[in-house]
Amino acid sequence: MSTAELSAPRGDTPPTTDGVSLAGRALPRNGLRGWMRLLGNELRLMFRRWRNLALLGVLVVLPVVLAIGLRVSMPHGGGGGGNGPGASFFAQLAGNGVFLSFLALTILLTLVLPLVVAVVAGDSIAGEAGLGTLRYLLTVPAGRTRLLSVKYVAVVIFGLAACLLVSAVSLIMGAILFPIGPVTLLSGTTVSLADGLLRLLYVTLYVAAGMAALAAIGLAISTLTEHPIGAIAAVLVLAVASEVADNVAQFAVIHPYLPTHFWLSFDSLLRAPIDTTTLLHGLLSFAAYIVIFGSIAWARFTSADVTS
Amino acid sequence: MSPGQVSPGQVSPGQVSPDQVSPDQVTGPQADSAPAARQEASPGAELTPAIVTKGLTKRFRSGQLAVDSLDMLVPQGSVYGFLGPNGSGKTTTIRMLLGLVYPTQGRHALLGVPMPAGTVRVLPRVGSLVEGPAFYPQLSGWDNLARVDAADRTADPGTAKKRITVALDRVGLLAARKKHYRAYSLGMKQRLAIAASLLQPRELIILDEPTNGLDPQGTREVRGLIREIATDGITVLVSSHLLAEVEQICTEVGVMRTGRLVFQGSLEELRARGAARIRVTTTDPTRAAEVLGKLGLADVTAADGAASAALGDQAPEQICRELVYAGVPVAGLDTPRPSLEELFVGLTGEGFDVDG
Repeated sequence: MSTAELSAPRGDTPPTTDGVSLAGRALPRNGLRGWMRLLGNELRLMFRRWRNLALLGVLVVLPVVLAIGLRVSMPHGGGGGGNGPGASFFAQLAGNGVFLSFLALTILLTLVLPLVVAVVAGDSIAGEAGLGTLRYLLTVPAGRTRLLSVKYVAVVIFGLAACLLVSAVSLIMGAILFPIGPVTLLSGTTVSLADGLLRLLYVTLYVAAGMAALAAIGLAISTLTEHPIGAIAAVLVLAVASEVADNVAQFAVIHPYLPTHFWLSFDSLLRAPIDTTTLLHGLLSFAAYIVIFGSIAWARFTSADVTS
Repeated sequence: MSPGQVSPGQVSPGQVSPDQVSPDQVTGPQADSAPAARQEASPGAELTPAIVTKGLTKRFRSGQLAVDSLDMLVPQGSVYGFLGPNGSGKTTTIRMLLGLVYPTQGRHALLGVPMPAGTVRVLPRVGSLVEGPAFYPQLSGWDNLARVDAADRTADPGTAKKRITVALDRVGLLAARKKHYRAYSLGMKQRLAIAASLLQPRELIILDEPTNGLDPQGTREVRGLIREIATDGITVLVSSHLLAEVEQICTEVGVMRTGRLVFQGSLEELRARGAARIRVTTTDPTRAAEVLGKLGLADVTAADGAASAALGDQAPEQICRELVYAGVPVAGLDTPRPSLEELFVGLTGEGFDVDG
């Protein structure tokens, strides 16, 4: 989104006529402060909405249920089913509660976290259009690029909050129900608890970056319709389809280009030394999705007729 | 013609001449703050038109021609009634004026600023209500206005509280400010939308069907509000499908029919368009009709007990004398003019009338 628009007071202002047009009222002003004010309002609206709070509630309940379920079944042996990073987290959990966070993030990444992001991202523009409030915001005028950038940043913040919530709740549950102490990484090295927690923060941020990429796709789809449910469903179907394709060996050629392919690569952060190559590939993939779909959203939103 | 030479007085009806004022020409020196400009706005004063469109056209992707070469001129300080039946293109026009919908052809300017390029520059000076109120149902009236205000980069957050209070008070919603929007009645919703357009000092207010769905009491309230806004010197464009609703407050009207502006001018000019007829009440309508025909009157009809014809430029007393000379027993004679409503219906067509 246009950062230029955020910092520059407003590029298209001819210095002459404005200002005198309304006595004592300089038009316009406070570019960045005004942008922040709209973002603040957007976040308040977002975090006060019952639907969104319910989604966050699910993200609190699921790790708690997961923790209790695992604690109860633990005596039967630490070996979890399945494969992939989830299985190794599961194996580690008996020895360290910190791994509950990694396990919870891994499990919720398959459906619940993408669902949460799909809901707020798909709703971002389509919801305003469906409600009719979009025409009021645009005639204020909020500015199309400005509104779109605020919407995107708000959705990214919501996704980040969702990831942090999952990590924090699982960490607390892990500390209560499991032993806590120095963390043995997937590569076998043991690091201090502080280092382990720092790595958990990085993992959470990495997952949030993946969600930001999904949010960009959601934003683009959201500009195409005035039916939020349709946009939300489309984003979710895309995410699930991408995950399915990622699991079909015959599609190996396209795997690195799938938006979900690198979501679980955060296990690179749990090795010593950190596997930076995979990590960078992941971040590059997210950045590419953000740039491409952000551009699509911008091109569409700034040129579309608002007839809702 | 130089910029600013168009004044309300010079804009004549029916014969809109877009070439006199184009968006390019009207970007010249702007009027000072609206209230001051208003007080000096005697006929002939040089003012930038509040709205001017030239050949404004919108063809939707479906192929539907919603607005067809619109040449519209709203003089500054006027209350412009934008009339036409539902589906005649009023709302699409208003959406184009406000930069929500992009025209496929033509140009327009608001307060002398070309649109849609000048959207963020000029819209802070323009308040609007487009196609009914739309707000967040879960927020209170106050919070809804706070959101609108937060979206305005020209708004001073420091004065937001005061401005929201004043706007709510002005539309009589201050007592209901904490109520959820979803609990508002239709009239309250409509008034909240008007309050939103009054959050900032404006030079132009565009209200699309502000009385739609309101009961007579609500309609009267909104009308009073518009009158009040106008006395502050703000140009008002108010659209309606009912002439009667805006007749009392408008100084100018524009009439739309199937995407075209079929009339533009003052109400007096619209009234003057109505050709008077002469109607003779008589026991011998056939003979009377004969005489009227002989006098060269057009559109002669003879009915039971009366004959009538278009009056044209003939003097009624002269016709009366001719009738009496010819031996027609004249029991009564009058020259009825069509009412504004009849003229309006004549312009827009009856009911579901659709032009080709």
